Amino acid sequence: MSLALKALKKSPWVFHVNTGACNNCDIEILDCLTPRFDVERFGIVLVGSIRHADVLLISGPVTKNCLPRLKRLYEQAPKPIKVIAFGACGCKCGIFRDGYNTVGPVDKYIPVDAYIPGCPPKPETIIAGVVKVLGTL
Amino acid sequence: MVKKIPIGPYHPILEEPEFFELIVDGERVVDIEMTIGWSHRGIELLSEHKTWDQIPFLVERVCGICSASHPYAYVKAVEDLLGIEVPLRAQFIRVIVAELERLHSHLLWTGLAGHFIGYNTVFMWAWRYREPLLDVIEAVTGNRNHYATYRVGGVRRDLPAEEIPNILKLLEVIESKNSMLTKAILDDPVIHARTKGVGVLPRNKCREYGALGPTARAGHYDIDGRRDHPIDAYDKVNFNVIVCETGDVFDKAVVRQLENFESIKIIRQCLEQIKDTEPGDIWTEIHEVPPGEGHGMYEAPRGEVFHYVRSDGGNTPLRHKIRAPSFNNILTNEVSVPGNTVADAGLITAAVDPCYSCTERVGVVDSQSGSRSILTEADLIRLSQEKTERIRKRLARSRLGV
Ligand code: SF4
Repeated sequence: MSLALKALKKSPWVFHVNTGACNNCDIEILDCLTPRFDVERFGIVLVGSIRHADVLLISGPVTKNCLPRLKRLYEQAPKPIKVIAFGACGCKCGIFRDGYNTVGPVDKYIPVDAYIPGCPPKPETIIAGVVKVLGTL
Repeated sequence: MVKKIPIGPYHPILEEPEFFELIVDGERVVDIEMTIGWSHRGIELLSEHKTWDQIPFLVERVCGICSASHPYAYVKAVEDLLGIEVPLRAQFIRVIVAELERLHSHLLWTGLAGHFIGYNTVFMWAWRYREPLLDVIEAVTGNRNHYATYRVGGVRRDLPAEEIPNILKLLEVIESKNSMLTKAILDDPVIHARTKGVGVLPRNKCREYGALGPTARAGHYDIDGRRDHPIDAYDKVNFNVIVCETGDVFDKAVVRQLENFESIKIIRQCLEQIKDTEPGDIWTEIHEVPPGEGHGMYEAPRGEVFHYVRSDGGNTPLRHKIRAPSFNNILTNEVSVPGNTVADAGLITAAVDPCYSCTERVGVVDSQSGSRSILTEADLIRLSQEKTERIRKRLARSRLGV
C-alpha cells in the first residue's frame, strides 16, 4: 500500500459537488457533520477545494451546464481519488432521467468507485457507504 | 480599482444554483450581476409526461427543503381545477407536515447563517435541534426529507394517534431551544455588529422586485399567503404574521426565528382539532381530471410557491407551470448587496435563503488587465469569519476600556 493510500484511509477529505441535485442530498451530507452523526470523529472532513480532496462525492443527475465543470474537477483532482456517486440521481439520474437537460449519469463521464443509492440516502447509509469504500483500499 | 468577482456557479447545499458577479471597488461592492439556471432539470416538461398522481413525487424534488410546499401548491392547483373539498383530517395533516417543514427549514437557515459569520457553534446547535424534528417527520410521513404525503384529494398517510404526544413533546423542546437561539441573536453584540444595517432591502424595493416570504416581511412588506389566501385548515388556526422594519440581515434572521414560534402555535392548534376528526378519512376519491385549468399557491418557508396546471381531460397535464419564491428573492440581491463589503456579500446573498455555500468557488477578474485569480468559497467564508473575529476583539477591547 502506498503512503498516499495509507494516509487517505485514516482521514479521507471529501469534496462535494452538486451537479444539479435537488439539494436534499447535499443537506443530508452536511447533516453527517453535525452533532448527531459527527463524521469528523473519523477524520472525514468536507473541504472547500478539489485540490485537497481524497474523495469526490457527486450528487445530482449531470445537467448540461454542469458537465464541463464536472469533467474539469475530475481532471484537477489529485490522484488517487475515490469517486462516489451519491443518491438515486448520482447513480442513475433518478427521477430526472428523461429530462432534456440531463446528460448523466455520472459514470458515463468519469469512473465511479462506489454508489450510495437512496433519495436522499440517510446519514447512516452515507457513513456505511464511505466506510465500505475505505475498506476496499 | 474596479474589479469583478465571479461567485458561483453552483450552490451545493441550497436551492437554486446561482452565478453572481460582484463588481468591487476596493472592498466595497458597487454592483452585482446574476446568472441563474445551472441545475435546470426541465421539471415542467417532465411533469407533462407524468400522470396526475405521479407528479407530487416529481415536484417534491424541485427543491429538497421545500419538499412539502411544492406538492402542496400542486395538489391545490389540481383541486382548484376539480373543484373538490378535501376531508378535514387530511387538511390538518397537510398543515402539520408543512409547518414541521417550515421549522426545519428555518432552523437550517439559522445554522448556516451562523456558520457564515463564524459562529460554528450556532451551526452545530441549530442542526442538532433539527434532528429530532426530522425524526418526527420520519415517523409521521415515512421519510426524513421527501415526504410523499400530499396527494390530489388528500394525503397518503394518516397521522397515527400515538404520534401526537411525541410531536407535542418535540414542540416543547423546539420551543425552548428556539427561544434560546432567538435570545442569542437578539442579545449578541457581535451578531448585531455583523448584521444590523447590512444588506438593507427597503419596502419599496421589496415591492418592485416582488420579494416574497421572510425576505419581504423583514423589509416591512406585509405579505403572507397563509393569511392572505388561506388554504385548507389555515383559516381554522390563529397565528401572527411577523413583520420587521428595516429589511437588513438582522431582521431577516429575527423574522425567521419568530416565525418558528408561530409554526409551533399552528401545529399545536391542528393537533388539538385533529382529535375531533374521523381517523382514516384522508382522501376524496377522484376518477378523472376534466379539461380546464387551475392554480394553487402555498406560503413556503421562503415565500409564495405558485403552481398552474391545464388539463385536456387526459391523464397527464397539458401544461404545468411552477414559480418558486427564491427566483424573486435572489434578484433582490441587486439592491441589497451593492454598498456593502465583500466580506458581507456572502452573508447577504445567504440571507434571502438560497444560501451560499461550501464548495463554491470565486474568481477575481481584474477589469484592467482582464486577469483572473480564483478564490474559493472557503476564502469567502474565511473573509466573513475574520471580520467577525475583528469585531469580537474590538468589542472586548472597548468593554475593558482599552
Ligand atoms: S437523489 Fe433524490 S434527494 Fe438526491 S438529488 Fe436526486 S432527487 Fe434529490
